[in-house]
Amino acid sequence: MSNTEQSVGIVSAQSADFDIPLELGSGPVLPAYTLKYETYGELNQQRSNAVLICHALSGHHHVAGRYSADEKSPGWWDSMIGPGKPIDTRRFFVVGVNNLGGCHGSTGPSSINPATGQPWGSTFPLMTVPDWVRAQARLADRLGIERWAAVVGGSLGGMQALQWSIDFPDRILHALVIASAPKLSAQNIAFNDVARQAILSDPDFHGGDFYAHGVLPRRGLRLARMLGHITYLSDDGMGEKFGRMLRSGEFTFGYEVEFEIESYLRYQGDKFSDMFDANTYLLMTKALDYFDPARAYGDDLPSALRRAKAKFLVASFTSDWRFSPLRSRELVQGLIAADKSVAYGEITSSHGHDAFLMLDPPYVNLMRSYLQRVAVEVGA
Amino acid sequence: MNPSLRPDLQLIADQVPHGARVLDLGCGDGALLAWLQQHKSVRGYGVEIDVDNVVRCVDAGVSAIQGDLETGLSDFADQSFDLVVLSQTIQAVQQTETILLEMLRVGREAMVTFPNFGYWRNRWQIFQGHMPVSETIPYQWYDTPNIHWCMLGDFEALCAKNQVNVVERIVLDHGRPVRILPNLLGSLAFYRVSHHQRTPPK
Repeated sequence: MSNTEQSVGIVSAQSADFDIPLELGSGPVLPAYTLKYETYGELNQQRSNAVLICHALSGHHHVAGRYSADEKSPGWWDSMIGPGKPIDTRRFFVVGVNNLGGCHGSTGPSSINPATGQPWGSTFPLMTVPDWVRAQARLADRLGIERWAAVVGGSLGGMQALQWSIDFPDRILHALVIASAPKLSAQNIAFNDVARQAILSDPDFHGGDFYAHGVLPRRGLRLARMLGHITYLSDDGMGEKFGRMLRSGEFTFGYEVEFEIESYLRYQGDKFSDMFDANTYLLMTKALDYFDPARAYGDDLPSALRRAKAKFLVASFTSDWRFSPLRSRELVQGLIAADKSVAYGEITSSHGHDAFLMLDPPYVNLMRSYLQRVAVEVGA
Repeated sequence: MNPSLRPDLQLIADQVPHGARVLDLGCGDGALLAWLQQHKSVRGYGVEIDVDNVVRCVDAGVSAIQGDLETGLSDFADQSFDLVVLSQTIQAVQQTETILLEMLRVGREAMVTFPNFGYWRNRWQIFQGHMPVSETIPYQWYDTPNIHWCMLGDFEALCAKNQVNVVERIVLDHGRPVRILPNLLGSLAFYRVSHHQRTPPK
């Protein structure tokens, strides 16, 4: 198949406005909000072929395709979604949504609070994964989707898929939980807090209300992203890609960029700090930290999972140390103890946590086979 | 899906009670569990080390967990299965004894099949000065995954040592039951085992 057949092609984003208040896990009520989303493929007559893609920390609704032919890069999971790809848009109706608190068009800290006419900033409430799932459920209502054929996500996105299976057992047939965990470890929370401290201590952050000052806390966000990137790659992967390569071939005995890895991290940090909202970054990391579906069930994961009616695909990657295979196994053990149908693949990869966005052949095969079964099951 | 099972798998399948909760260790492409799900309404999981086989299990609609038997069955709780199956794998594992005991920790009963090393054709090849190569042992000595060969008596001695009760034994040759001189005339052994009832402390 040629490239054009493999891509969903030119896409456009849509908005859905909601004025039914959303009670949040953190206490406050969001009176009204907007969700930005994209769809690919066609919803079939039985409305049985819808697949929701949940995004991770820095993701959004632009999952596949391009807004224009000359857009530099396609949606963030374009490799997985499209005609003939594992999430095959010839069979599935795929929905990507930007979560509440995001900075890509859904209501978030950088949106204008209608009550004040100013950006929400520091007054935007913290979000939890169950909040996102409830907001996504309302979008599903709006789109006429009673039940998802599958909810799919990597990392924080996988947590949403898992939460869906527990909170709306009748509205999801399959949960695909990739490179994720049933809750964060102390080490993971620690990484998140260092990232947050980088932002919170940036003088340009202004307690979250930097919009009014016409500045961006770039330095903090840049450091947060650099730290994040280190944890998304594996030692081996980084070694293969950068090793000890020097930009000039010689030591320059200074603090400017010398090693290629420094150059890479600084570039990634700079790029990110120009386009991502610092408050959103803070909020997303907190949602990660709070995620713990077993907490409401006496800290017993199988008890939480017993509610689920979905079938599960769990996948992890051998070199992922941010969300290691052990964390996915915890989930698998919980699912087995709860007597749920689960397939688990532990994919050999050197791509670290980022592997869920890559195309290691066994991973692609696993996704393709699993989703093929889903498609047959729902008559897609 | 291949509708007909390998003879040793069919032997196991025939013994599995309807509706049982089954764990299939080294489940390969999931053929046994797929058959059991379809014909005996069995619920269960397979454990498989090879990701390509996990994918085949997904294709077959079987719940397969990628994992290594040698590291134990820690994903599975005590006595959480009616039956744990280990088919033609026990001769290829390092921790033979541990795995046998783990099977009976996780399951109320275990079914084990293995090629009988005491089969006369194997003995004949050894007599001729070579390691056996046959239908049930299709490997040369230098590239075989099989490292722990045993005969019927050896397996039964291992069971006895660990207070494991042999509930049933079936020995086959070319798919047909062998009743006379099984350790000589049988190429494939099937055992159904359980733990002895523990006697209450006096």
